[in-house]
Amino acid sequence: MPKDDAWLDRAFAALGDPVRRALVARLSRGEATVNDLAEPFTITKQAVSRHIQVLAAAGLITRSRDGQRRPCRLEPAALEALTGWIDEYRLAAERRYRRLDAVLERMKERDE
Amino acid sequence: MNEDNPTTITARPGTPFIDVLREFDAAPERLFRAWTEPELVVQWLGPRNLTMELLEYDVRPGGSYRYVHRDADGQQHRFRGVFHSVVGGERIIQTFEWAGAPGEVSLDDITFEGIDGRTRLHTHTIFPSVEARDAAMAGGMPRGITESMDRLTELISAG
Repeated sequence: MPKDDAWLDRAFAALGDPVRRALVARLSRGEATVNDLAEPFTITKQAVSRHIQVLAAAGLITRSRDGQRRPCRLEPAALEALTGWIDEYRLAAERRYRRLDAVLERMKERDE
Repeated sequence: MNEDNPTTITARPGTPFIDVLREFDAAPERLFRAWTEPELVVQWLGPRNLTMELLEYDVRPGGSYRYVHRDADGQQHRFRGVFHSVVGGERIIQTFEWAGAPGEVSLDDITFEGIDGRTRLHTHTIFPSVEARDAAMAGGMPRGITESMDRLTELISAG
């Protein structure tokens, strides 16, 4: 899964829509067909299908063939790449503070 | 020990602030020393894969600081700022500027709160704009991204 800027732009643009976020949330609980996915929405099955195409084009979901069924499933690596980006700031802070923990521990040993 | 001290980051969409909360297993006085004495600061402030050189670290109201991070390829990242307020064991207010984005100065308000021999550290960072905050938060991602990401994370964890 490429994680360059163009891919990130596409992935985040795909997630910039409430219906597509709801679809991703539904798929996070397991694979589903377009019919399953369309059920809770008031929009047409065709509209849901177009949203699924956008998510698939962004590499966030894949569609397999299972006889007549074509279930959609989340691409976990793609979502991990996205959350990895947002977590970088937190991780940097966490690593810095863990090093600070170690410094404090050494100071404590020296003082005692 | 570390597992009990999670780092909590709050960055509400549409604001120029980042708040970071973290507790430490040390009294405020000791944490303050680790935060302000140059020979201790170099042990934790830089990313692990970079060498850090503290060129100046004059912790007093009006005092300046400058440091350089160097990676294995010799690439340098320079940072500088001024200590506006320094209250021993309690609070520091300082500016922060990365030479890669000159003129984009953020303000850190750092409070050390003692709780039964431990310290609750709160850093409140004020960026010059929401865009600058989002860029710092997400490594240059465009505005609005953090918001979608927050919503997505909420959705997935709720599912």
